[in-house]
Amino acid sequence: MTYVADVLALTRKDLRVELRGRDTLPAMLLFVLSTLVVFHFAIPDDAGDNAAYGLLWVAIVFTALLGLARAWVPEQEHGVLDGLVLAPCDRSAIWLGKTLATLVFLLAAQAVALPAFVLFFEPLDATAIAGVLLADIGICAVGSLLSAMAAASRARELLLPLLVLPLSIPLIVGGVGAAVSPDGERFLLFLVLYDAVFAVLSWASFEYVVTE
Amino acid sequence: MIRGRGVEKRYGRKRVLRGVDISVPRGGFAVVTGPNGSGKTTLLRLLAGLALPTRGDLLVDTDRSHIGYLAHEPLVYRELTAVENLDLYGRLYRIPERRERIGMLLERFSLWDARAERVATYSRGMTQRLALCRALLHEPDLLVLDEPYSALDEDGAALLDHELESLAGQQTLVVATHDPERMAALESSRLALA
Amino acid sequence: MGLALVLALIVAPEDADQGVSQRIFYIHVPIALTAYFCFGLGAVKALLLLWRGDERYDLESYVAIHQGTIFGALTLITGAIWAKASWGVWWTWSSNQLVLFLVLFLFYCAYFMLRFSLEEGPRRARSSAVYALFGVALIPVSFLAIRLAEDFIHPTVFTREGPQMSGSMFATFVVSWGAVTLLAYVLYRVELAGKRLDADLRELREALQ
Repeated sequence: MTYVADVLALTRKDLRVELRGRDTLPAMLLFVLSTLVVFHFAIPDDAGDNAAYGLLWVAIVFTALLGLARAWVPEQEHGVLDGLVLAPCDRSAIWLGKTLATLVFLLAAQAVALPAFVLFFEPLDATAIAGVLLADIGICAVGSLLSAMAAASRARELLLPLLVLPLSIPLIVGGVGAAVSPDGERFLLFLVLYDAVFAVLSWASFEYVVTE
Repeated sequence: MIRGRGVEKRYGRKRVLRGVDISVPRGGFAVVTGPNGSGKTTLLRLLAGLALPTRGDLLVDTDRSHIGYLAHEPLVYRELTAVENLDLYGRLYRIPERRERIGMLLERFSLWDARAERVATYSRGMTQRLALCRALLHEPDLLVLDEPYSALDEDGAALLDHELESLAGQQTLVVATHDPERMAALESSRLALA
Repeated sequence: MGLALVLALIVAPEDADQGVSQRIFYIHVPIALTAYFCFGLGAVKALLLLWRGDERYDLESYVAIHQGTIFGALTLITGAIWAKASWGVWWTWSSNQLVLFLVLFLFYCAYFMLRFSLEEGPRRARSSAVYALFGVALIPVSFLAIRLAEDFIHPTVFTREGPQMSGSMFATFVVSWGAVTLLAYVLYRVELAGKRLDADLRELREALQ
């Protein structure tokens, strides 16, 4: 129970920091909407209906990257991460708190982006939306760990997309499959598998990334 | 109690700490001195549990939840207020009656009036005092302080003098400083790093 | 190695369907298997580093992954030659093996970027180790993803289920696999010895100062 309380305290803190600074969420929203508009001009008329779904996924992954790049910025200032690592809570709670906060930002951005996608391009059914939610979990879980790694490096924002993109290819396969395949459930199952494997791996390895 | 023998810390090819022996009994007051780059901060990070020695034995028989660490950096969120920062740490350290404890510390370090302002608006001295509150919040048995007097004005330094006097003898203290004479009356041992 | 080449080029009977281009199979597949093996070895060493905390595993893990990436690049090159010889194009998205290696190649290039942008020390060792572990988890997951993606990207045109290998073909395959593995092992040892010597020299120089 104390684990859950720790995680919630950390997530609430991130939401509060964001509400006060408004550094991340407005940028994510504006980015995903701009991307959708760019796509209108990037897809030729005869590209077929499914092309739009592919581009939606490019937009989702890059929006998530934008949020993830800023995920640990509040902790980098004033060395707060050391302070959290010193606290007697389980270190994985720090990772989980950050993952949940990033997930909230991503969902908030999508609450605007998905209706906009339906308005501009193609309809989305329940399976496609389930695919988006499952892929969100995966990319936030992996991304918040990799973002903590990248935050300690010289390259920082430059490094994060390089680390995340190869790992997000399976998520894109699952998400696009859920949207366009008649047999979408299979892809949802695959996304659940991905989430389980990589969430456990990230959960178990976070401690090693923040100690020396 | 702290006992270390031949403690060495390397970062890749760079050796920052070479064969340090340290021994601080329970309730002792150790002062660590040395020029810039002699590894004071690294030694304190090892004691606080933020890093492990590359070689040598280091025994710190205090649990993570009973160590208080004051770093170079204040370890508080710039975008949160003093109360919000301490409240978060209070939850993570599972402090009973944390509201009262936080109020008392803020009073003692004269931050009460600024308690609802964001840390980003604080002066360096105020931030350092908040960092001290953070380190003392959970009434640690082992207190590791890295240059605690830096950025403090005379009033702040007097507050800290008073605080250290009341802690000395009861809690174990390790303090890294450029100005060992300030604590000469309290110290029980001195470690000079070269 | 020489024996393997002779066997692959001359002794083994020609494949009825693919003709002479089939011979690259004896190089391509062993190289791919060796690359997998190197990535796996790198992950095992990474796990040992996290578990035991001994920094010597960091160098071993790095060297294994370095070798894996070299063999991975060779897999892509030999695969491209094979694709050109049998299907007339340098690249085909319908070969799952090649697509997987492209993903892995990108992944492990990012591994080197990560390593080179972190300061040397325990944090770099640990972050690299965690990323290496992600790599071995990514191999089966990506493989599954690529299989699933065939569903909507394109129907399968080429199947890889050719005729069964004959005895002499299989023997040739095993010999070249052994040869490539041996080559990888020698390269791994040489690189490791070089890197260790380098580190020892630095330590010695530091001690003398």
